[in-house]
Amino acid sequence: MADAEKIMEIEVLRYRPEQEQEPVLQTYKVPFTDDTSVLQGLQYIKDYLDGTLSFRWSCRMAICGSCGMMIDGKPKLSCKTFLRDYYPGKLRVEALAHFPVERDLMVTIKDYVKRLEGIKPYLIPKQARTLDEGEYLQTPQQRDRYMQFSACINCMLCYAACPQYGVNPKFIGSGHMALLHRYNADSRDGGSDERMGPVNEEDGVWGCTAIGYCSVVCPKQVDPAHAINMYKAKSSLNYFTRFVAPKDADK
Amino acid sequence: MSSQRPYVRSMDGWWTRNAYYMRYMAREVTAVFVAAYAVVLLVGVVRLSQGEAAFNGWLQALKSPLSLVFHLVLLATFVYHTWSWFNIMPITMPVMFVGGKRVQPRTITATGLVAAVIACAAVFFFVRGTQP
Repeated sequence: MADAEKIMEIEVLRYRPEQEQEPVLQTYKVPFTDDTSVLQGLQYIKDYLDGTLSFRWSCRMAICGSCGMMIDGKPKLSCKTFLRDYYPGKLRVEALAHFPVERDLMVTIKDYVKRLEGIKPYLIPKQARTLDEGEYLQTPQQRDRYMQFSACINCMLCYAACPQYGVNPKFIGSGHMALLHRYNADSRDGGSDERMGPVNEEDGVWGCTAIGYCSVVCPKQVDPAHAINMYKAKSSLNYFTRFVAPKDADK
Repeated sequence: MSSQRPYVRSMDGWWTRNAYYMRYMAREVTAVFVAAYAVVLLVGVVRLSQGEAAFNGWLQALKSPLSLVFHLVLLATFVYHTWSWFNIMPITMPVMFVGGKRVQPRTITATGLVAAVIACAAVFFFVRGTQP
């Protein structure tokens, strides 16, 4: 039988704050077939072996961005990573790197969400239109300018890939910069100036040292490393042009 | 009662955790070799200002076996530095469109590498042309 059931040993880094001072490894034996994802492996553990295991998931099809975790040391979506690719052998699953571990495979994302608000991830129209004036139009060519950057699902794998974020959790990180650029590059948007604050500040784009691993692990080919690095030039330009043409000059 | 006690993992030795990080560190360390070569050239300029004998002494020192080995190491690190530099060049440039099509990252990298090879060849042949 081609699809015979095999057994995979999954090591999970457990952390239950009420009973452990620091995370500990726990191994489970999980039966799997060719189409069993790591997420399904964890669901098997929760359903049949250990109901206390905590992890986040929702869509099971790489669009909700909930199930990111470290799989054998690499940030991946557990729904689109398959046990067959690690067989034979053991597989280690840990909570996303560089974030504080809340419980087991779940991380604390409070700071991440807070910073997300700061970049104003919504369209700020150049000129507000009334309903009578109709929708904001855009050509396919204008859409192509930001299309790639709009594919971000906020899975945070890029943050788990970024040692700079690990060292300084205040660093804006490439994921937010991709989203920031998605709006700045939109022909309907006029909020670029308002978004330069978080770009220029101490924990802005200059914390990036172009390691580039964020783009490698991105499951949606957003290329966040590109987004953050191109803003270094914009940030420099913004710094010098403010002397030439101060913003408040006309007031 | 809240049992929240987020656990922060250590970042000690982060660059040894992944081959990608090690390549990044290798790329960064090549800059030290570039700086070292700049120092070698600066010493040459200083020796030049001290007269012909001093400058010839510096030239002679460059021909020592130790110096030759050092320069071979420099050459190897410079090649890696150049390759890694142009490899990350696409992510540092704005998104570019030519004739309605997006310029591919590999085109930018290849253009940079070709320009570097042409510049090296031009300098090499220029220097050789000036030799008596």
